[in-house]
Amino acid sequence: MKDEKYIELITLPGMVKLDEIPVLDYGGFSELVLGLLSLESNHCLNYFVVPFPGKYKFICCIGCDERKSVRVFSHEQERNEKLILPSLSCNHFPLHIFEREIHENFGIDFSGHPWLKPVRYPIDRHDKNRIMDNYPFYTIGGEELHEVGVGPIHAGVIEPGHFRFICNGEKVLHLEIQLGYQHRGVENLFVQNEHGVKKAVLAESIAGDTATGHAVCHAALMETLGSMAVSGTLSLERTIALELERIAVHIGDTAALCTDIAYQFGQVVCEALRTVVINTTQSWCGNRFGKGLIRAGGTHYPLTPEIAGAIRKNLEEVRERYNQITGRIFSMSSVLSRFEGTGKVTRYQASLIGAVGMAARSSGLKRDIRWSHPSPAYGQLNYDPVVINRGDVWARAKIRVLEVEKSMEMVFQFLDLLDGKSENTLPVYKSDLMPDAFAIALTEGWRGEICHCAVTDEKGKIIHYKVKDPSLHNWMALAIAVRGQEISDFPLCNKSYNLSYCGNDL
Amino acid sequence: MIALLLAIVTAFFFPGIIVRVKSIVSGRKGPGILQPWKNIFLLLRKGSVFSTTTSYIFRIAPVIYLATLICAIMLLPLPGITSGFGFAADFVLLAYLLALGKFFFIIGALDTGSSFEGMGANREALYSMLAEPAFFILFGTLALLTGHLSMQSIFEQFHLSGYTSMISGMIAVYVLIQIAMIENSRMPVDDPKTHLELTMIHEVMILDNSGFDLALIQIGTNLKFALYGILIANILIPVAWAIHYRIALFFGIQAAFAMSIGIMESFRARKKLVKNPQFIVTLSSIALLGFILSLLIMYQLIL
Repeated sequence: MKDEKYIELITLPGMVKLDEIPVLDYGGFSELVLGLLSLESNHCLNYFVVPFPGKYKFICCIGCDERKSVRVFSHEQERNEKLILPSLSCNHFPLHIFEREIHENFGIDFSGHPWLKPVRYPIDRHDKNRIMDNYPFYTIGGEELHEVGVGPIHAGVIEPGHFRFICNGEKVLHLEIQLGYQHRGVENLFVQNEHGVKKAVLAESIAGDTATGHAVCHAALMETLGSMAVSGTLSLERTIALELERIAVHIGDTAALCTDIAYQFGQVVCEALRTVVINTTQSWCGNRFGKGLIRAGGTHYPLTPEIAGAIRKNLEEVRERYNQITGRIFSMSSVLSRFEGTGKVTRYQASLIGAVGMAARSSGLKRDIRWSHPSPAYGQLNYDPVVINRGDVWARAKIRVLEVEKSMEMVFQFLDLLDGKSENTLPVYKSDLMPDAFAIALTEGWRGEICHCAVTDEKGKIIHYKVKDPSLHNWMALAIAVRGQEISDFPLCNKSYNLSYCGNDL
Repeated sequence: MIALLLAIVTAFFFPGIIVRVKSIVSGRKGPGILQPWKNIFLLLRKGSVFSTTTSYIFRIAPVIYLATLICAIMLLPLPGITSGFGFAADFVLLAYLLALGKFFFIIGALDTGSSFEGMGANREALYSMLAEPAFFILFGTLALLTGHLSMQSIFEQFHLSGYTSMISGMIAVYVLIQIAMIENSRMPVDDPKTHLELTMIHEVMILDNSGFDLALIQIGTNLKFALYGILIANILIPVAWAIHYRIALFFGIQAAFAMSIGIMESFRARKKLVKNPQFIVTLSSIALLGFILSLLIMYQLIL
């Protein structure tokens, strides 16, 4: 019964011919989606619409942790101005974001959807009359309540986003987050730009702090579609780059958390350590954020034994100093009183909103692509993710400390596996892609699961490209975290997630 | 008048020393001692921009804030030097001059109609209200110990000699330092460095002030430190010393005060906002402890 309902991709990144994806009717589709997602080991990786002449093709990818696979299936609907489908979000809430996105882009209505709130107000949205300026924010009446609007211009120098709080005194009753101010049309640019270099640079620019994460995911996707072989050495080098990014960002976030609670000593020490890590990446590829390092098919910057030695030396130094400072941070009563119990998201809430990556793991939910769908080279290690079942700011700070330790251990092991070898193949920027195919690639960026999907036409040209940054799911976690908290703790909660605005806005 | 002169000199170096100490402690070189004042002079040369929602209240608030502080400082005696304005229970006037400045500061912030500034004003009003009892209980204790009511005679009679005065002196200095930290919106109650409006107290109230007005407020804030510094100096400096020793010790105390703020702020995290009121109320209880202790010592309380 199972074989005709979905196609299962065992190896990732995976590819399948478009006509091999089973097409179900909407009733069967709903039943299958809800049936699969009733197990917690399954979660929806992506659900999107590919517009074809005369029809919409809805492709759904469900990740299965137990079988380390991805199940792909679809349903098709006629192109119709007034298409209404029964919403699946009421039965499985994590789907809400996908349905909202589809509604926004194609005007397809999902009846019974709890809140078809715009995701990002894209340029090519279906209903051009609804713009950010006339967006009706959620309101609650009452004499004692007041609204606080923050943004879209940020008081610091980070990205724009609008946060609207409904408060009773200092207590937050509700937070509505509206993003989309940075929409650049990334997905369309992937379709328009045919040259490999442009695409690679674009992938690095999806979210500036996850340059390596998105670049690895994109490169894997292009290699799959272009049927390029990837050597073990190249996989190892990419994995090391991914882990270096994770270490750098986690240490930087530890510093930022200290800044928000005004603990200067922790801040300056961690900031200095982050610099050491990103400078190590710079000594490897010339860019502190690893831009230019990851390219499909090969690399311009082989990991020579000298660079490997430098990575090992620097990381060992950082490890020692980071352990010292975090030992101090996590034993200070004034720090702990800020971290503990603040911004709690329970395991149930995390699973309800479909949290991914670090946000999920700090709430006790074991969700890690490195463990469930290991690629590029994580399969070579016996990796088991760190999970903390507390869900407060303390957990999100602590998980960073533990993951840095784990990542460093992994980098050392990968360097051992590399054993002085380095990749000398040059990147391939022009390759013939498989025609009429659908491909999916998954990577665990430092924030969580990154998913890139592409669909090609009969000439092997990409006609649809889909990017999913972990922030898309996790912004909801922030909104939940501040509920019932003091409004003055919002910045701390926000920093503890450190979500991407542009990763959501695309 | 001499108090005002010394206060201005103190205020000139005070913020710079704090910033410099914090920089050095964190392994950085840091800006020059006078950089905060260079910024103020830069602001003084600029014009102010006013939001269309504000009224004249917003415009006069900074001037009144600074004026009340200057008046308050002129009221202060120095060790062995009279202010010329002293009278019985003049510390009540001192407290309410500060409160008047704060009142205008708060309604000025509310006048902008910004939800942030309303929040900040709310917090500032609450904290000042909670800190007030500590101030009065402290002066009550000193008045009880010395048997005088004007600040001039209180400080003249109060000597740090013997256990009783040592204990009350220590309590007085501790409470004054903490009140100074609260009133100047420093750690652990507020964080002057933060850029996050939602957690700010003092900083968020001056978000709409710019140019000249902002400079006035910053001068006021610096003078406020000096005001508390003078009170602390009055308790610590022996009146019997020669005048130049007294002045040297005065500046020594101010420098030590600034440096200790810099160091204290570097090695601790800020309190959770909800815990601040509790922390401030403890100051009153410490002051009250001193008061009861004095009553016992003076045999005025029969148990």
